[in-house]
Amino acid sequence: MTQTMSGIAASNGIAIAKAFRLENPELNVDKRTISDVDSELERLTSSLEKSIAELEVIQKKTAETISDKEAAIFGAHLLVLSDPELVGPITERITTDKVNAEFALQETSDMFISMFEAMDNEYMKERAADIRDVRKRVLAHLLGVSIQSPSMISDEVIIIAEDLTPSDTVQLNAQFVKGFITDIGGRTSHSAILARTLEIPAVVGAKTAMADIQNGTIVIVDGLDGTILIAPEDSVIEEYKNKQAAYDEQKAEWAVLKNEPTVSADGHAVEIGANIGTPKDIAGVLDNGGEAIGLYRTEFLYMGRDQFPTEDEQVEAYAAVLKGMQGKPTVVRTLDIGGDKELSYLELPKELNPFLGLRAIRLCLEMPDMFRTQLRALLRASIHGNLKIMFPMIATLDEFRQAKALLLEEKAKLQTEGVEVSETIEVGIMVEIPSTAVMADTFAKEVDFFSIGTNDLIQYTMAADRMNESVSYLYQPFNPAILRLVKMVIDASHREGKWTGMCGEMAGDEIAIPILLGLGLDEFSMSASSILKARSQISKLSKAEMAQHTDRILALSNSQEVEDYVTKLSTK
Amino acid sequence: MVEKQFTITDEAGMHARPASALVGAVSKFKSDITIEHKGKKVNLKSILGVMSLGIPSGSVVTIAADGEDENEAIEKAADVMKAEGISNQ
Repeated sequence: MTQTMSGIAASNGIAIAKAFRLENPELNVDKRTISDVDSELERLTSSLEKSIAELEVIQKKTAETISDKEAAIFGAHLLVLSDPELVGPITERITTDKVNAEFALQETSDMFISMFEAMDNEYMKERAADIRDVRKRVLAHLLGVSIQSPSMISDEVIIIAEDLTPSDTVQLNAQFVKGFITDIGGRTSHSAILARTLEIPAVVGAKTAMADIQNGTIVIVDGLDGTILIAPEDSVIEEYKNKQAAYDEQKAEWAVLKNEPTVSADGHAVEIGANIGTPKDIAGVLDNGGEAIGLYRTEFLYMGRDQFPTEDEQVEAYAAVLKGMQGKPTVVRTLDIGGDKELSYLELPKELNPFLGLRAIRLCLEMPDMFRTQLRALLRASIHGNLKIMFPMIATLDEFRQAKALLLEEKAKLQTEGVEVSETIEVGIMVEIPSTAVMADTFAKEVDFFSIGTNDLIQYTMAADRMNESVSYLYQPFNPAILRLVKMVIDASHREGKWTGMCGEMAGDEIAIPILLGLGLDEFSMSASSILKARSQISKLSKAEMAQHTDRILALSNSQEVEDYVTKLSTK
Repeated sequence: MVEKQFTITDEAGMHARPASALVGAVSKFKSDITIEHKGKKVNLKSILGVMSLGIPSGSVVTIAADGEDENEAIEKAADVMKAEGISNQ
């Protein structure tokens, strides 16, 4: 009977192999009173030196086989071994309290471990594992116990362990170690991060793997969803081999697509961008082959604090995003606050219909000082990349003109102050209010681009609060009413030689993509993890063929008919 | 004694890599060197001490050196902070 267990999916992929239990040796520390202080100190020094020598080898090997960045962690471990605040108190205890070196080490390091574990920051909590790793090495030398090293494995296995220390993980040889399962740890623990770097499938936090899995048992690790299968039946193995092959094939295809432009089967190029909230998201965007940032939500910069971010703070964040994107198009949306998004330090009157009230550009125009600060920061950052500024919730052309006038005023002021500002910043708007979609032809003469925000466009078009469960059936992205508005916007922009993007959830939707491609959407912006899947889908679609279907799709009578139509097309 | 203030600008705060570089660099000096954050002062030659401060991004820290090579030590600390991209002063 196949036994199933589940943990946290830490590194993608599927592995099927025999279990190899990586046992932690018993490092029991007893308190002893010593008489010969000098020889005890010498034991300590010699164990520290042996540990330093080992870590230097591991550090060097890691730099060669993985990366300097990963090797740096062992630089930190080496510093721990010579840390005056650690070695000092240990020496002190041996000398004055006359205790054995093991006990002095245990007591002193415990203090640091509990200090790190008590911090309310995931990253710092993980540092306790670093201290444990270093201590284990020194204790083993003091006690004369040898530690099982994963580098000795020479058979295809899946490692089962209580936890893998950083030094264990870098010694994993991907040729033999097909995957690993640990009982403790999370997605941000060292072993999980390294597993992703080494591309070894892994499940962490399985809790009872050491208790339930015997050496030599066949185990399946599904790092995609965190499933562990112990002693699987042949049919299950067969099923997972297929899943593994499908994953490998997809991965190979996506790896190729990562550095490729997005082009349809008939040679029509579009751009796939990502939606982000902070500069930290850039790494994920580039990792997934993003060609642009289609939506940078600047409100996160304003949230979780007790006062407005200063102009300098904002410049720093915007510049970080622009530099990170290395000249690729970056659409920054100005502050979209109000509605369901509140700021603790900004007292706004309670409204009966906040989604129809003072929010986004309406609020910014009402509070021009706050808005001007953001515009100045954007202008100052503009020289670091390819900046495009986008105003949210524009309902009338007059609102756009007012916002743009403020931008131009600030630009002129900065230039008078001698500050360098980019001359090629495009200025566009979000299309999320039906009035704007309907008037897109008029807007297109003045804006540089449109970006359709589908989540709001749907709720305003259908007059259905998207937070209200009882009317959730009206949230219909494929309703022909929505699709017709989308078409009006795209056509209007193209007639004026402008472009249209989409930054709502719809842009990454499998059913929506063929329709949007057919309608001529220029830029699709989605969460970074959806990019490669969307690029792969577009590469298999013909734009010309989809364009022929769009008239028929827009003439359908409801959302369900549209879904059925597209589903039938793609399974054909 | 000399001291200098720094604002930590790295998104991740004072994490292990820059902290190691800083500790490694100042350990070579004879002066006593400390780093202070929110009223807690620790030995800058101690990686565990520095990490235990849990210094987040945006913090202001004070580095102080006292001894025969105090000026060089502060200068070195500033260089390393800048080279590691954790502070721009």
